[in-house]
Amino acid sequence: MDLFELFSIFIGVSLVHNFIFCQFLGLCPYIGVTERTSSAVGMGMAVIFVMTLTSAITWAVYEWVLVPCGITYLYIIAFILVIAAFVQLVEMFLQKSVPALYRALGIYLPLITTNCAVFGVVTLNKIELFGTTNSLLKCIVQGFGGGAGFMLAMLIMAGIRERLEMADVPEALKGMPIALITAGLTAIAFLGFSGLSI
Amino acid sequence: MSDANGRPAGCWKEFAKGIFSQNPIFVIVLGLCPTLAVSVSIENALGMGAAATFVLLGSNIVIAALMALLGKMLSPEMLAQVKKIRIPIYIVIIASFVTIVDLLMNGFAPALYARLGLYVPLIVVNCIVLGRAEAFAASNGVIASTLDALGMGLGFTLAMLLLSTVREVIGAGKFYGYPVFGPGYSPMLILTLAPGALLTFGLFMGLFRHLKNTRGGNGSL
Repeated sequence: MDLFELFSIFIGVSLVHNFIFCQFLGLCPYIGVTERTSSAVGMGMAVIFVMTLTSAITWAVYEWVLVPCGITYLYIIAFILVIAAFVQLVEMFLQKSVPALYRALGIYLPLITTNCAVFGVVTLNKIELFGTTNSLLKCIVQGFGGGAGFMLAMLIMAGIRERLEMADVPEALKGMPIALITAGLTAIAFLGFSGLSI
Repeated sequence: MSDANGRPAGCWKEFAKGIFSQNPIFVIVLGLCPTLAVSVSIENALGMGAAATFVLLGSNIVIAALMALLGKMLSPEMLAQVKKIRIPIYIVIIASFVTIVDLLMNGFAPALYARLGLYVPLIVVNCIVLGRAEAFAASNGVIASTLDALGMGLGFTLAMLLLSTVREVIGAGKFYGYPVFGPGYSPMLILTLAPGALLTFGLFMGLFRHLKNTRGGNGSL
């Protein structure tokens, strides 16, 4: 097993090709939930959790169901159903067995089904990683790294927005527009990571 | 859908609302991810707009027809049961149309497909499509839903066209692939990169809001 390769996948997906700043996946929760740091953390944790596990599950569904049946062209339908069912299952499981965690993540979980970042990471896995050696492990690392990068972006944004509330923003730019412009400026900073490509 | 006096709204109104007063990108602010990612060039924006419009049209028609049919066939209690699982039903219908677009584009426009890449399968989680299914197609007839889908698709395409024109002309010095400035122009590269999309879109939203505020603001652009 090549640890270096896994590490480069992790850095690549969390920093160099950060889902929010470089690929624009998951912008809706990014704008919607980042008004406070605490909710940004909750959403980030939920996304890390769901992304890591759905990466593994979609791998299994693809390799063990779609490939043997010769219906790989149905992967879009299969993946979106897996994500929706999994999110529902996690919600029910957490509610019954880990109520503390459920209270922390609860309201964010249903939002994740339509989060493009989750569907994005499993599609990226399918395009880039399926069929390579150790692909399951790589998919899990990519899922976790994607979630970690997402959380990092949410935290940065939440921190900036909490201070933006005090700032004197032109009337027309208040709310969404200034959030987008802030995100754009942060994305310029993230361009610096492109030198990190390993 | 009927207007304030209870009369059925005109066909033109169903169609036109998606373009201006309820533009999916600038007014409802749904489906940002593909908009920002794909608006690098006008060609990509047109391809993405066509793909999304096709999916919207297909899913709106099928969902409107299905809901009308179920409403006639099932008893009210059964219908209430079915309505509980409506979101998974919508998602499967949408995913089927996305698969059709994915395969068609891969087969007939491979160059465009390679450039749009990840974002074609991602139409399935595009909030516009699911949003229109839930907010409009489920409770309206087939013809109204068709017009709604066409208007929304066109509004989406036009919004992307606006963004991509600015980004391509300034960021690459080209319009639809043809150079517009002389050879002395050095392109402002940042606009074709990821931050440019966020900045351009943020400024456009601010501009529209400013226009709305100064023109008295009756809810339309």
